[in-house]
Amino acid sequence: MNLSKKDVLLGARGVSLRRGPSVLLDHVDIDVGAGEIVTIIGPNGAGKTSLLRVLLGLVKPTEGEVERRADVQIGYLPQQPRVDSLVPMSVSRFLAMGGSRSKNALVTASRECGVENRLEAPLRSLSGGEWQRVLLARALLTEPNLLVLDEPTSNVDFAGQISFYELLSELRNRRGCGILMVSHDLHMVMGSTDIVVCLDRHVCCSGSAEAIAHHPEYARLFAPATASMLAIYPHNHPAGHEKEHA
Amino acid sequence: MDLDDFFMRALLAGIGIAIVAAPLGCFVVWRRMAYFGDAMAHSALIGVALGIAIGISRPAGVVLAVGILAVLFVVLERKSWISGDTGLGILAHSSLALGLVALSLVGGRGVNYSAYLFGDILAVSREDLLHIYVFGAVLLAALLVVWRPLLSATVHQDLAQAEGVRVYRMRAILILLIALVIALAMQLVGVLLTTSLLIIPAATARRYARTPESMAVLAVLIGVLSVVFGMYGSLWWDVPSGPSIVLAATGLFVFSLLPLPFFPSPD
Repeated sequence: MNLSKKDVLLGARGVSLRRGPSVLLDHVDIDVGAGEIVTIIGPNGAGKTSLLRVLLGLVKPTEGEVERRADVQIGYLPQQPRVDSLVPMSVSRFLAMGGSRSKNALVTASRECGVENRLEAPLRSLSGGEWQRVLLARALLTEPNLLVLDEPTSNVDFAGQISFYELLSELRNRRGCGILMVSHDLHMVMGSTDIVVCLDRHVCCSGSAEAIAHHPEYARLFAPATASMLAIYPHNHPAGHEKEHA
Repeated sequence: MDLDDFFMRALLAGIGIAIVAAPLGCFVVWRRMAYFGDAMAHSALIGVALGIAIGISRPAGVVLAVGILAVLFVVLERKSWISGDTGLGILAHSSLALGLVALSLVGGRGVNYSAYLFGDILAVSREDLLHIYVFGAVLLAALLVVWRPLLSATVHQDLAQAEGVRVYRMRAILILLIALVIALAMQLVGVLLTTSLLIIPAATARRYARTPESMAVLAVLIGVLSVVFGMYGSLWWDVPSGPSIVLAATGLFVFSLLPLPFFPSPD
């Protein structure tokens, strides 16, 4: 932990969460700095979503503390692969429900997320990828300096995943917001992720995506077979760089 | 308007209940609570028996019984070895059976089961009518007050919670409002058919609505039409009124399924 150097937006200090006899989180430390992209990966049941819920303040930790910078404004994208709402509603109405009233802000956010031509479409007509972008637009309307995403691409095809990650990385560069996300797709960890945190109730290891891919704890957790399938999406990396890790 | 005419009183009672039931029914449809609503309505009979046994009013007894059922459901829901629909099925039918047994215990031989099960709208008194409109107005006002947070929690529970909506409180308020509507509506169509007044007009309106509010208003119109058609139909063919109202609502629903040349399906 390097508190003195990093401007921490949101962090956990020794956070544990227990439900009866089972330990969901065991002394977890994590930091998300301003403008930093942090990805949490881990097997099923590793407590990834629990950790997010603790960090968001939706669940109180049994032990430890959650630290938030005073001015942190979180835009949250919950885990929901498809819209399953039966409520008849247009995309623009859904976006406005987040609290923002200005039509201008709404159009800007939807343009940033590439859904400006779907504003008058009914929610239920959206594809999985479009729904994800609409959720992102709604999060942006709160003018967040930190985006929190729970398994953002779980129902999006491969090409959709790549473009969604590209969009996130653009948003980080343009708006300077920090990004914390949970991912279960081990096949692809975003290349522009600054820090990967490998979680299995406790933090097994953390560091750059490249470092994690070769970390023994990572290999132990995901078994050698899947570990070799880890593809680092080489966004913003110089050509040939990924060969070192191929 | 002649309030001395039993038919006119019945018609006004039906219209009053349709106006309240339809917007709440939209939430039942949106939240996929139709079967839960059915179980709640079935347990209303226990509430009637409870009301007679401990001397509280019928709406109070019904709300109490339905509240107990809702709590039991939440407890059963957590048992992973029973699926939600099986748990509801057990609750719905056992509470109906318990209600019938309890009624015969407290009411003796003179109980008119058919009136409780299928409704007895023609027996609506002036006092009943007053109750329906006063309680109905209070219910609608309460729904208007919680409309925004309730809608937000219905569209996306997690997002609403993250944005500060108290989603569990909203759910409890909705269950309470539905329990009150059931207490009002059971005299009209009986406990077995009450849910249909909630969900059929709402489901019919879904086809044409583009906003939640327009769906609620449209469901009110469809509910009122169902009552009017059903009541006059029952008069004309000399058949029971409660089932006739439900059949009229069903007829309108079937009509909404027909393809209309200038009205493509909204989705």
